[in-house]
Amino acid sequence: MLKAEDYMSKETAWCPGCGNFNIRESLAKSIAELELPPDQVLICSGIGQAAKMPHYIEANGFNGLHGRALPPALGACLANKNLKVIVDSGDGDSYGEGGNHFIHNIRRNPDLVHFIHNNQIYGLTKGQASPTSDPGMVTGVQTSGVAIPALNPLSLALVLGAGFVARCYSGEKEHLKETMKEAILFPGYALIDILQPCVSFNKINTYRWYGERIYFPTIEDPENWSEAMKLSRQWGDKIPLGVFYKKARETFGSSLKFLQGEPLAFRSFDPLETAGAQEEFF
Amino acid sequence: MDVNILVGGAAGQGMDTVMNLLGKTLVRDRFNIIYTKDYMSRVRGGHNFSRLRISSQTPWTTNETIDLLVALNKETYEIHRINLAPSGRIIYDPGLFNLPDEEDRGVPIELEELAVNAGGKIMSNTVAVGALLAMLDLETEISEKFLLEMFSDKAGVAEENIIALKAGYKSAARHCRACFPLTRRSDTSKRLFIDGNQVLGMAALASGCRFLSAYPMTPSTGIMNYLAAKSGSFPVVVEQAEDELAAINMALGASYAGVRSLTCTSGGGFSLMVEGLSLAGMIEVPLVIILAMRPGPATGLPTRTEQGDLDFIIHAGHGEFPRAVLCATSHEDAFYRLNKAFDLADRFQIPVIYLSDQNFADTHRSIEPFDYNRLVYNRHLATEQDYKKPYRRYAFSESGISPRILPGQYSGETVLVDSDEHDQDGHIIEDGPTRKKMVEKRMKKIVALSAEMDEPDLYGDPQPEILLIGWGSTYGVIREAVDALSALGKKAAMLQFSDLWPLPQKRLKNIMAQVDYSFCIENNVSGQLAEIIHRETGLVVDQKILKYDGRPFLSHEIVREVEKRA
Repeated sequence: MLKAEDYMSKETAWCPGCGNFNIRESLAKSIAELELPPDQVLICSGIGQAAKMPHYIEANGFNGLHGRALPPALGACLANKNLKVIVDSGDGDSYGEGGNHFIHNIRRNPDLVHFIHNNQIYGLTKGQASPTSDPGMVTGVQTSGVAIPALNPLSLALVLGAGFVARCYSGEKEHLKETMKEAILFPGYALIDILQPCVSFNKINTYRWYGERIYFPTIEDPENWSEAMKLSRQWGDKIPLGVFYKKARETFGSSLKFLQGEPLAFRSFDPLETAGAQEEFF
Repeated sequence: MDVNILVGGAAGQGMDTVMNLLGKTLVRDRFNIIYTKDYMSRVRGGHNFSRLRISSQTPWTTNETIDLLVALNKETYEIHRINLAPSGRIIYDPGLFNLPDEEDRGVPIELEELAVNAGGKIMSNTVAVGALLAMLDLETEISEKFLLEMFSDKAGVAEENIIALKAGYKSAARHCRACFPLTRRSDTSKRLFIDGNQVLGMAALASGCRFLSAYPMTPSTGIMNYLAAKSGSFPVVVEQAEDELAAINMALGASYAGVRSLTCTSGGGFSLMVEGLSLAGMIEVPLVIILAMRPGPATGLPTRTEQGDLDFIIHAGHGEFPRAVLCATSHEDAFYRLNKAFDLADRFQIPVIYLSDQNFADTHRSIEPFDYNRLVYNRHLATEQDYKKPYRRYAFSESGISPRILPGQYSGETVLVDSDEHDQDGHIIEDGPTRKKMVEKRMKKIVALSAEMDEPDLYGDPQPEILLIGWGSTYGVIREAVDALSALGKKAAMLQFSDLWPLPQKRLKNIMAQVDYSFCIENNVSGQLAEIIHRETGLVVDQKILKYDGRPFLSHEIVREVEKRA
């Protein structure tokens, strides 16, 4: 059996103290503890600091374009249903540039997980507002402070019918790891919005700022959508962590009988199998 | 023998129904036909029409001259009477409108009344087909059989349609029985009755395509419709993407994971896909993109035709990477050409763009069945013996092509692709020497790729003085122009490109050295192929015959221009 360290053999290029290190460690541990071999795991990402994850975890990797982590992940999980597909990217990538894919893949409910490193800032481009930056945050571009409300990814996901909606914090590694495992085992689209300090560019949402705010509410019924919605809207003085909502529904492609059995990717083919298709045109 | 039929009316009046029933009947009855559509970008109203030509020779284009005009409204008569042959006839419903007193070519058929008597107004079109059959001196049996097949799951509907068909037949026979007798093909082999989009959908299926993600866009949507109807009977996933960005990226993900993947669109959608095209070039994941052209810029003329995207396609995408661009000269060619596109994509691990256009996509022709034994199926994947362990996705090689395996295919091996510049393992790099080697590795593929490009089709006089150069769907009309010029005593030939990029140059250079006059004939305003030929070979094509009103060429337009200038 592989240990978490075996999944983390590569050097990283993140800033010292970055929240990404804990997220990487939790991810490696969750994969190791679930005993998923690297060749059966696919990590998809877009572009950004978080999106470098496919380079830092030993697994198959598709490090695609900015904002476009989800579409290839969807294609891959249909082509080879045996792959455990993990989309791991940042807030700008997932909620900004990739907003349309975020919306529609929640509707589709493919069997994949979506882990979003949410540091409320654009790190790779050196400190502009992200869709989740709080109003008032001053940056080199938002010189008078962010003037529009932050996007609430968890409320949005709930409204769109996501079956697994959770919030974690990179400073709570054990909770993050356990939640990741739960998400990976969940059938269908599973979202974890992972709060994460950016030590280089976000001087507001720091480790200390989060430390004073996060708490673990008691969630009695994870199928209670209204309660989940309330938790998702809590922000400011108190920030709840946990699996707010969990209720499986039909996954994308499960109604396609031909996807059962051998993955499409490994099936043989002979053009003559389709020769009957021209009959209808006679 | 040459009979030209035009059916016109407002959008929603069912011109397609008439042509599909009539076309199917004629093809089964051993006639050569072509059927083209001219329609507006609206669901109801306006003026739409379809043309159908029956010919003893292979008809490549529909004619402007009309022998039989089915006017489903008065506007159709007013617009098209100018092209109606003196001996032509007009089928119209006197219950809806009357022809002018001086018009003596009318064949009044109570289309609606006869349809209502048969069971419903909706069958007016079937009445019209019955009338056409009588005037063409055909019987109704073949149509009856087809109606029974078409409505096999709707009891009573077929029977009512047959009543409508016979009523139309009987009514027309009173006025004009056998006014336009036809000659059948002598051979009895069966023919397909199929449009361009259906050919491409069927070719994708026959090439082992298992994944199509696309966003609906005229005139490419028919490909999606075709494959969607086959999903289930065949293991092909068809997904309507939220936008074209998603469409191309989904297809790339599916292809990376191991299935042959396709996306299709028109110019506007392709513009959105350009980012993903560049990604395909960088990550070296095979992909076929069908671009069915329509006039731009922007939304342009959504339901019309143009060849305006060639120059764009060749250069589309940021950065430099190899690609192939193919198109087809005919429905017959398209089937094998798209198969080749899939093969090239897998073999060279590159994006391949297949250029179609509205004229090709929406045109039905009667053609010989496809020979499935001619199709190639090879995924060009590496076996465990073909690569050094551990696996490196971008291992350097002499050809520039790295052995390709699939994620999860071999125990212990992982596959990493990256849109950043990367090393042989697929990991991000920034150093100059690796970057340089990777650029060269990708670009090296062009050498072997160029050798795979088919030379353009040559047709006509073996020692031509006049050369007509074209590409793609204009094959038929240029061929007819060459025939017409030959009949006028001119020594003319056609050179028609199907593989466009990398541009095959050998035959072009040989023949350009021999001719006195060369013409590029293109459905665009700038003569894009002529420009590409000049850039790539230094050769200057003397003249350009260009059409950019959104309509396909007519052969006499080409003949007239050639006669004027050569």
